[in-house]
Amino acid sequence: MKRSVVTCSLFVLTLVWFAVCSAAQPIKIGALFSVTGPPSFLGEPERNAAQMVADGINKSGGIKGRSVQLITYDTGGDATKAVQLANKLIKDDKVVAIIGPSTTGETMAVMPVVEKAGVPLISCAAGRKITEPVNKWVFKTAQNDNLAVAKIYEYLQKKKLNRVALLTVSDGFGSSGREQLKAQAATHGIQILYDETYGPKDTDMTAQLTKIKGIKADAVICWGTNPGPAVVARNAKQLGLKLPLFMSHGVSSKKFIELAGDAAEGIFLPSGKVIVADVLPDADPQKKGLMSFVKEYQKLHKVEGDHFGGHAWDAMMLLKGALEKGDDTPAAIAANLERSKAFHGIGGSFTYSSTDHAGLTKDAFVLVEVKNRDWVLVK
Amino acid sequence: MKRDYLLFLLFATVVLVAPAAFKGGYLLNVLVFMGINTMLAVALNLLLGFAGQISLGHASFFGLGAYLSGILSTTYGFNPWLTMVIAAVAVGILAFGLGFPILKLKGHYLAMATLGFGIIVYIVFNETVALTGGPSGLSGIPNLKMGSLTFDGDLKNYYLIWCFALVTMLLAINLAHSRIGRALRAIHDSEVASRVMGVNARLLKVQVFALSAIISAVAGSLYAHTMSFISPASFGFNFSVELVTMVIIGGLGSIFGSFLGAALLTILPELLRVVQDYDIVVYGLLLIVMTMYMPKGLAGGIASLARRLRPAKKGVVDAQG
Amino acid sequence: MDLLQQLTQYAFSGLSTGAIYALIGLGFAIIYNATGIINFAQGEFVMLGGVLTHFFLIVLKLPAGVAMGGAVIATTVIGALFERLTIRPLKRPTPLSLVIITIGGSIFIRGVAMLVWGKDTQSLPPFSGEEPITLAGATVMPQHLWIFGITLLVIAANKFFFYYTIRGKAMRACSFNRTAASLVGIDVRKMVLLSFVISSAMGAMAGIIIAPLTMTAYDVGVMLGLKGFCAAIIGGMSSGFGTVLGGLLLGLLESLGAGLISSGYKDAIAFIILLLILFIRPQGLFSKAQTERV
Repeated sequence: MKRSVVTCSLFVLTLVWFAVCSAAQPIKIGALFSVTGPPSFLGEPERNAAQMVADGINKSGGIKGRSVQLITYDTGGDATKAVQLANKLIKDDKVVAIIGPSTTGETMAVMPVVEKAGVPLISCAAGRKITEPVNKWVFKTAQNDNLAVAKIYEYLQKKKLNRVALLTVSDGFGSSGREQLKAQAATHGIQILYDETYGPKDTDMTAQLTKIKGIKADAVICWGTNPGPAVVARNAKQLGLKLPLFMSHGVSSKKFIELAGDAAEGIFLPSGKVIVADVLPDADPQKKGLMSFVKEYQKLHKVEGDHFGGHAWDAMMLLKGALEKGDDTPAAIAANLERSKAFHGIGGSFTYSSTDHAGLTKDAFVLVEVKNRDWVLVK
Repeated sequence: MKRDYLLFLLFATVVLVAPAAFKGGYLLNVLVFMGINTMLAVALNLLLGFAGQISLGHASFFGLGAYLSGILSTTYGFNPWLTMVIAAVAVGILAFGLGFPILKLKGHYLAMATLGFGIIVYIVFNETVALTGGPSGLSGIPNLKMGSLTFDGDLKNYYLIWCFALVTMLLAINLAHSRIGRALRAIHDSEVASRVMGVNARLLKVQVFALSAIISAVAGSLYAHTMSFISPASFGFNFSVELVTMVIIGGLGSIFGSFLGAALLTILPELLRVVQDYDIVVYGLLLIVMTMYMPKGLAGGIASLARRLRPAKKGVVDAQG
Repeated sequence: MDLLQQLTQYAFSGLSTGAIYALIGLGFAIIYNATGIINFAQGEFVMLGGVLTHFFLIVLKLPAGVAMGGAVIATTVIGALFERLTIRPLKRPTPLSLVIITIGGSIFIRGVAMLVWGKDTQSLPPFSGEEPITLAGATVMPQHLWIFGITLLVIAANKFFFYYTIRGKAMRACSFNRTAASLVGIDVRKMVLLSFVISSAMGAMAGIIIAPLTMTAYDVGVMLGLKGFCAAIIGGMSSGFGTVLGGLLLGLLESLGAGLISSGYKDAIAFIILLLILFIRPQGLFSKAQTERV
C-alpha cells in the first residue's frame, strides 16, 4: 500500500516536472460567481463571459506566452460558501487574482479574506461600499448604484418631476439602491413621498401601487431585478397608473421587455451602453468593444451579451492589462490594476487610481426608454 | 454509558491533532465551519432527537445570536466575549418565553409554527436596515481576542470553534445520561405516559428548547466573529432545513451522529463540486435515499455495521496485524 | 383615489392572491388527509405545471389545450412516480422521515427543472385578454376570474369525489383510521397513490392558471408552496372550504398589510397572525376541535 503511494506520487511529480519544463505554467485566475441560487441571472452570464475571455486569450497565444487558467466556483449566492471558496482559490488553487463574486453581500464577506492573503479581487457587484473606503486589494467593474440614481434624478429634475414614489426590492440590490435614492434626493431637489418595498419572490404588487395611486406623486421609481419589476409594470398597467415609471439598470436586458410585454412600453431606465450598442454614435470609444462582445457572446450562447456578463468581461480584460504590464505576483497585479487608464470596456471607460477603485463616471450610463419592444436612447 | 465518554475522549484527541494533517490548507477552513455546524446539529438534536420536537426555524436562533453579537460589538463597541454572553442570555429568554405557547403544538403544526417564527425573524433581519444593514449585510465585525491573541486565522479559529463544539458535545452526552435525558426520551415515546409517571413534560420541553436555542445563539456569535460578515441570507428557511437534515442523516438522538451529519453536509458541497451544476440534483437524491435506506442515520448505520462485523472481529484484527 | 376605493382594491388584490394560495393549499390538504403526510414537494408540482406549459406551448409550439393537458398529465405522472418510488418503499415511515423525503424530492425536482429548462423566468400568455376589468372602482385581470372560477370548480369536484364516490369515501376512511380502513378491504396503498395523483394534478393546474399573472421559473415553487401550506394550516387541513377560506384570509392579510401598514413586513404580519391562530386555535380556524390521536 505504502509503496504504491510513493510510486504514484513519484510518477505524478515527474509528470509535473516535465510539464513545467516543456511549457511555462499557466497563470491561474480564480472566479467566484453565483451560477445557481437567486442571483444566477448575474452569475451565469458572468461565468460565460469570463470563460469566453480566457479562451480568447489562450487562442491568441496567451499573455506574454503563458496561457490563462480560469478556475470558476459556484457560490450559489451564499456568503458563507463564497468565503470558503475564496479560501480554496487562494490556498489550494494558489490563484494570483480573483474575479467576482456576483453580489455585494458576498463581496463584503470575501473582502477580509483577500485582504489578509493579499490577493487582488475584482468584484462584479454594484454596491458602493465595496470600494468606499478604498481597500488596496479590492476593485470593481459593476457601475456604482449612485451613478444610476444620479442619471434618473437628473432627468427628473430636467422634466420638473420632483415628487417621487419609491418601490424597491428587499434584497441586497434593492436596499443598496434605496439607500442611494434617499441619499441623493435632497441634492437634486427631489421629494420622496412614498418609500416601500416588495419581496424578491412576490407575485403581486397591486397593494403598493394602489397606495401610490392615492398620493400625488409625479413619477414612480422601482429598483429591482427580474421578475419583480415586470410584475410591477404589469400591475401598474392593470391599475391604470398613468405616472412615468422608472426602473433600475438591474432589468436592462431584453428579458425584461419579454416578461413585461406591452406593459413595458414607455418605461425609462438607466443602463450600461451594451443594450443600445448598435445605435451608439460611431465616435463612442466603447462602441467597437461593445459590438464585438455582444456578437461573440451571441455566437457562443445564443443570447445577446448583457451588461452582467460585461462586468466579468471587463474584470478579465482589466486583469489581462495588468498582467501584460508586469509580474504575475498578486502584489504586482494589484499595483498595475490601480494604474489602469481609459480602458473602454462594456460597463464604461475605466480609470482606476489609488483613491478610486470603481473607476467609472456617470457617463457609463445612458437613459433608455422602451418603445415598440426595444430600447431607444433618451436625449 | 462509559463507552460514550471513551468515544468522546478519542474523538476529542483526533479533533485536537487533526490540523497537523492539513498544514493550513483550505480544508482547515472547511473544518472551522464543520465545527459550527456540529454545534448547531447537536443543539437541534437535543430538541429533535431527545425531546422529539421538530423545529423548522432553528436558523433564526443562530441568526439572532450572530446579529445580536455582531451589532453590539460592531456598532456599539462592546467586547465580543461580552456580546456572546448577552446574545446567549437574550436568545435563551426569548426561546423560553416562546417555548410555552409554541411547544403546546404537535407534529405538523409545530413544524409550521417554528417555520413561521423563522420567517418572521428573517424578515426582521432584512427590514431593520438601520440596525442590521438589511439584505446587504453587516460587515467589519471584530474578531474575538484573548489577551494579545486575536482569533483571525484558520488555525486559531479551528481551535476556538472546536473547543466550543467539544464542550457542547460533552454537555449533550452528560444530559443524555442524566435523569433529564431519560425523562426526555420518555416524553418522546409517549408524552401522556411520561406525564402519568410524574414528569413535568411541558416545562422540560421548554427548557430543552431554550437550551438548544442558547447553544445555537453561541454558535451564531462565533460565526459572526470568525466570518466578520453576516447577512440575512445565511439564516433563512433553507438553512433551517439543512440543520434538520444534518440531525436526521446523522441519526436522531445520537450526539456523534450529529457530528457525522454536520460533517457530511459540510463536506458534501466540496465533493459535489465535481459534478458541478448537477450538485443540487445529487443533494436532493441523497436526502431521499439516505432517509429511505438508513432510517437511523449514519450513526445507526455504523452501529449496525459494527454489530455485523463483531463476530468476525478477531479475524479482522489478525489480518491487520 | 379615496380610501374606500383603495380598500376595495386591496380586498380584490388580496382575494385574487388568496385564491392562488387556496388552490395550492388544497393539494397539501388532500395528501395530508389521505396519508398524514405534509408533502413539501407540493410547490414543485405547481412549478412543473407552469414550466411544462411554457415548454409545450412556447418551445414546442403545441396548441394551448394540448400544452396544458400535457403539462397536467406529465406532472401527474411525476407525482405518481414520486409516491411509488420514495414513499411506498418506506418500511416504517415516521412524520419526520416523510418531511425529509418530501423536502429531498422538492430539491430534486427543482434541480432537474433547472437543468432541463434553465434558470430564466418565463411569461405565458393569459387565457383571455389583458384588458383589466373594473369592478366597484377596483380592477382585476380576466385571469383572476379564471382563478376564482377554477378554484370553485375544484372545490365542487372535491366535494363530489370525497362524499359521493366509493373511492373518495375510501380515501376519507383512510384518513380517519388506516388500520380500520384496511380491515374493511380498502387498499390503503392504492389510496395513498391516488391522493398523490389528485394533488399533483391539482398543483399543476394551479401552476398553469397562475403563470400568466405571476410568471414562472424553476424556483417559484418554494414560496408558493409555503403560502399554500399556511393556507391549509389556517383552514385546519380541510380539503374543502376551510382551506379556501384560509387562503383567502392569508391573501387579504398580506394585501391589507402591504397597503395599510408596511409592504416590507407584509409576510411577517401574515405569519404573526398565523402564529397567533396556532397558539389560540391549534386545530385551525374553521374546524371543530379534535383530540390528539395518541
